[in-house]
Amino acid sequence: MSAVIEEHHDDHHDHKPTGIGRWLFSTNHKDIGTMYLCFSFLMLFIGGTMALVIRAELFQPGLQFVEPEFFNQMTTLHGLIMVFGVIMPAFVGLANWMVPMMIGAPDMALPRMNNWSFWLLPGAFGLLIASLVMSIMGMGSAPNFGWTFYAPLSTTYGPASTDFFIFSVHMMGISSIMGAINIIATIMNMRAPGMTYMKMPIFVWTWFITAYLLIAVMPVLAGAVTMMLTDRNFGTSFFDAAGGGDPVMFQHIFWFFGHPEVYIMILPAFGVISQIVPTFARKKIFGYSSMVYATSSIAFLSFIVWAHHMFTTGMPVAAELFFMYATMLIAVPTGVKVFNWVSTMWKGSMTFETPMLFAISFIIMFSIGGFTGLMLAVAPADFQYHDTYFVVAHFHYVLVNGALYSIFAAVYFWLPKWTGNMYDEKLGKLHFWISTISINLLFFPMHFVGLAGMPRRIPDYNMQFAEFNQWATVGAFIFGFSQLILLYNIIKTARGRSTEKATSQVWEGAEGLEWTLPSPAPFHSFTTPPTVK
Amino acid sequence: MRAAIRVAGFISLMLSSGQLLADYQLDMRPGVTSFSQGAYEIHTMVMWISVAIAVVVFGAMTYAIIYHRKSKGHKASSFDDNTTLEIVWTIIPFIILGFMAVPATKVLLEMEDTSNSDMSIKVTGYQWKWHYDYLGEDVSFFSNISTPDSLSLATSANVDRTAETYLLDVDNRMVIPVNKKVRMLFTANDVIHSWWIPDFGVKKDTIPGFINESWIKTDKPGVYRGQCTELCGTNHGFMPIVVEVKSEKDYMAWLAGKKAEAAEAAASAEKTWTMEEQMAHGEKVYATNCAACHQANGQGIPNVFPGLVGSPVAIGDIAKHIDVIINGVPGTAMQAFGGQLNDADIAALVTYERNAWGNDVGDMAQPADIKAAR
Amino acid sequence: MAAKPNNKQNGNARVVSRLVLIVVGMFGFGFALVPLYNVFCDLTGLNGKTSGSAAVIESIEVDKSREIKVEFLTMLNEDMPWKFEALQDSVKVYPGQPMKVDFIARNMTDKDMTGQAIPSVTPGLAAKYFQKTECFCFTEQVLKAGEEKVMPLLFIVDPSISEDMHEITLSYTFFIKPGTEGADRGVKTSSVSKALIN
Repeated sequence: MSAVIEEHHDDHHDHKPTGIGRWLFSTNHKDIGTMYLCFSFLMLFIGGTMALVIRAELFQPGLQFVEPEFFNQMTTLHGLIMVFGVIMPAFVGLANWMVPMMIGAPDMALPRMNNWSFWLLPGAFGLLIASLVMSIMGMGSAPNFGWTFYAPLSTTYGPASTDFFIFSVHMMGISSIMGAINIIATIMNMRAPGMTYMKMPIFVWTWFITAYLLIAVMPVLAGAVTMMLTDRNFGTSFFDAAGGGDPVMFQHIFWFFGHPEVYIMILPAFGVISQIVPTFARKKIFGYSSMVYATSSIAFLSFIVWAHHMFTTGMPVAAELFFMYATMLIAVPTGVKVFNWVSTMWKGSMTFETPMLFAISFIIMFSIGGFTGLMLAVAPADFQYHDTYFVVAHFHYVLVNGALYSIFAAVYFWLPKWTGNMYDEKLGKLHFWISTISINLLFFPMHFVGLAGMPRRIPDYNMQFAEFNQWATVGAFIFGFSQLILLYNIIKTARGRSTEKATSQVWEGAEGLEWTLPSPAPFHSFTTPPTVK
Repeated sequence: MRAAIRVAGFISLMLSSGQLLADYQLDMRPGVTSFSQGAYEIHTMVMWISVAIAVVVFGAMTYAIIYHRKSKGHKASSFDDNTTLEIVWTIIPFIILGFMAVPATKVLLEMEDTSNSDMSIKVTGYQWKWHYDYLGEDVSFFSNISTPDSLSLATSANVDRTAETYLLDVDNRMVIPVNKKVRMLFTANDVIHSWWIPDFGVKKDTIPGFINESWIKTDKPGVYRGQCTELCGTNHGFMPIVVEVKSEKDYMAWLAGKKAEAAEAAASAEKTWTMEEQMAHGEKVYATNCAACHQANGQGIPNVFPGLVGSPVAIGDIAKHIDVIINGVPGTAMQAFGGQLNDADIAALVTYERNAWGNDVGDMAQPADIKAAR
Repeated sequence: MAAKPNNKQNGNARVVSRLVLIVVGMFGFGFALVPLYNVFCDLTGLNGKTSGSAAVIESIEVDKSREIKVEFLTMLNEDMPWKFEALQDSVKVYPGQPMKVDFIARNMTDKDMTGQAIPSVTPGLAAKYFQKTECFCFTEQVLKAGEEKVMPLLFIVDPSISEDMHEITLSYTFFIKPGTEGADRGVKTSSVSKALIN
């Protein structure tokens, strides 16, 4: 018991609030980050269960488990939950935890708004899932028009729950917008002295750019669903041909949001990989500045390619050509990033702990998804791929084998920093191998059935598609259940009973301000900003 | 090492797509029109270029994973930049993309030219069937899935799922002549659908209130199947498309047959039908148009679609029964079938519903009654 | 926790207010896309939409060197219970030549109904050159129970239409005016949701 007051001990005033209030009223970026991550993991299991219902029905030709109407509700909610309830919140959770620490800031710029950003989500998804519960109880269909909710199926022909869906989307949108504003303000204003923009970790850069994408396009989505709301309830005809409107305009507005949205879901993934690969290769990221420029180019290009989702709507040739060329161009900066990661690995001194396994896997499988994306960009070929399982394969490769894998990688990478305990490496590797084999069994055959002619969003199919669908279903169940290994590992690590303690640096090759803090990172960190040379 | 094996495994799977697993269809079919073949060629080119790039990039990764690892004692280099390399691997992909864009542009421009066609067919997407209208020929008909039992969990097991054309067969095929440029016009009755035949390489959205166009020309007679490819509601997966390409002679014969059928239907509206004739015909009409909701056994789905067994409409006033079928029931899912079914069909349907499943009302409707009620 | 220096808070306020402005602006942009889209389509005719109001044509030269076939298609949305036909399947016109085509609509029900005809042209690029000087699609059509009406279309194909356009297809789809007698589209798919009410 020393009488000396130590000035730079962040942790000895570490009085965290307690009880439920700690979480309900939190203004702490670490706690909020934890809540986002736990929420998204829960949603992963919920959305994943829906996927298993879908895959169970698609195991064999014939209808065995659900009516077509319910099947459409499953595909719709699965998509909405995974996009808005898993991938996006998980990345926001990672940002909340890591961005302040990476730039030497004590917290996010607007801690109270941060709280509200999070708590909107359980509300939004509660509403959405309530519509499903009501549907199961026979009170009317939950949203059943696909996560892309095209008009007029969702407007004139939508079930009563559509209006709840619209409200839910508004809440998710507000949450994302506020989160993005917070991130931009934090990055712009709260970097430690000496941390210039070009010294920020790449994860911070990718989130900075992603945040700008969010504030640019989430409001457009809000506009689209508001137009839906007024078309349905207040007599407008934005998307109704009868009143002089145009269903295709819905698609333009939706995809103007929708395309940047998918880059919102992948840029933070790129950031995570750019943190992990240098750490385990013990070598600095190759081409830091071109990584920044490439990410910015991808973000810019993402605004001018939206109609590649609409090649079959009857666009004039000039437009088809423009969108084809612009979409193909995105391959260039994306390729640069892949080459840079490989160059980081090249002549490094690599070890292959679980985060590195997921990161390497990301690079390979995301690239496969990128190649099928290039194939889809080519308009005449797209006429054969559009709305088939080829597209389903493509986007699952980039979002599951891609974005979700980067989130797994990030969790393994940063869990020791968050909890102060090393996760179980053997279980981590087990999770990795079972997931990776099963995920490829699940999604790779979808390329084949798509090329063979199987459309999307159908609950039953002809015998010619049966074999690969069976493989996919088997893969789905194995993949789904193997996530329980991760759940177990996380709980085990958090409790810390029989785990190895983590050091500050955790990983031998880890560099950055976050690794100068003790593990677990103290409740309040960098209350005095560090100086960056 | 394991990573290397995994990577090699996947690459060889992709490369051997033709030989290995020959029973399973792994690739797109080239099809029978110049677009489907153009699309196939571009698809193949882009795919193999992608595979080649993947082999190089993943190969380099694999090499690094094997040799540049700490456990092999490899010490990390310190380079973290090389501007020349960055420029090279920005420009080369750009050139490769340009190389792909040229043939893609050619195929696309060819597809858009619908002029100088020999005939036109208007395709209308309905929930959940297609309508074909041969413009200028006075031939038009609906094309429904031939196994309406497929549409519901309760009855799906009645259908033979191993049938080669399971879910891909219809009651009335679209028929076109070989070697003629057929202009297709597309629209929809309700929501957006999409008409696709993989072997033709034609996929076009059908949008309510708007008209789209495309064209087909093939020199290969045969039967070609496709499906609706835009989510359009409950039975999106159950509205297949079947196009039969016949020789010109056979096409003219078919066309004549269709006109004769229409004349016969008009004539049959004049005649008086017997109970047996109506029950038989009515059962067919019911299966195609009504069973999806009211079910083959007439029981409906509780709280969703009313059953017809012992229902007030089916055993009550016949005029009201006829009105419900012709004009539908506003505010409910019971649509107006007056525009889709002819007098003979509706008469048979009314008779069937009033006498099947133990309803046994004993009365029947004649086509003339339906005509009067319209 | 150390108090944030004042300039940091001001900095935050500045950044945040600018970002909120962007958010509001982008929300407005979403709505602005509606007229922008219409303007773009009007200028280029790209999605086959023709003008919703009568074209005013000053004296125009007829180009007798080529003929354009204009084909007419009629469609009744959601099996609307009217009869709707063009009296001619198609006509051949010279660019610049005024042409009149009649359409017939008949209300087959025993209730008065209001319909709106929506035109659509293919190829889309031809729409800009298809000038309607009088069209029943400009206004709602009210038909009493059983009433039949002849509805004229007067149009001119603009001679500046490109040389390789030989065929234009004009399709009219009649919709029941939303909110009027008989308008109940979309009930089929929302049927399950109405089950409880029934």
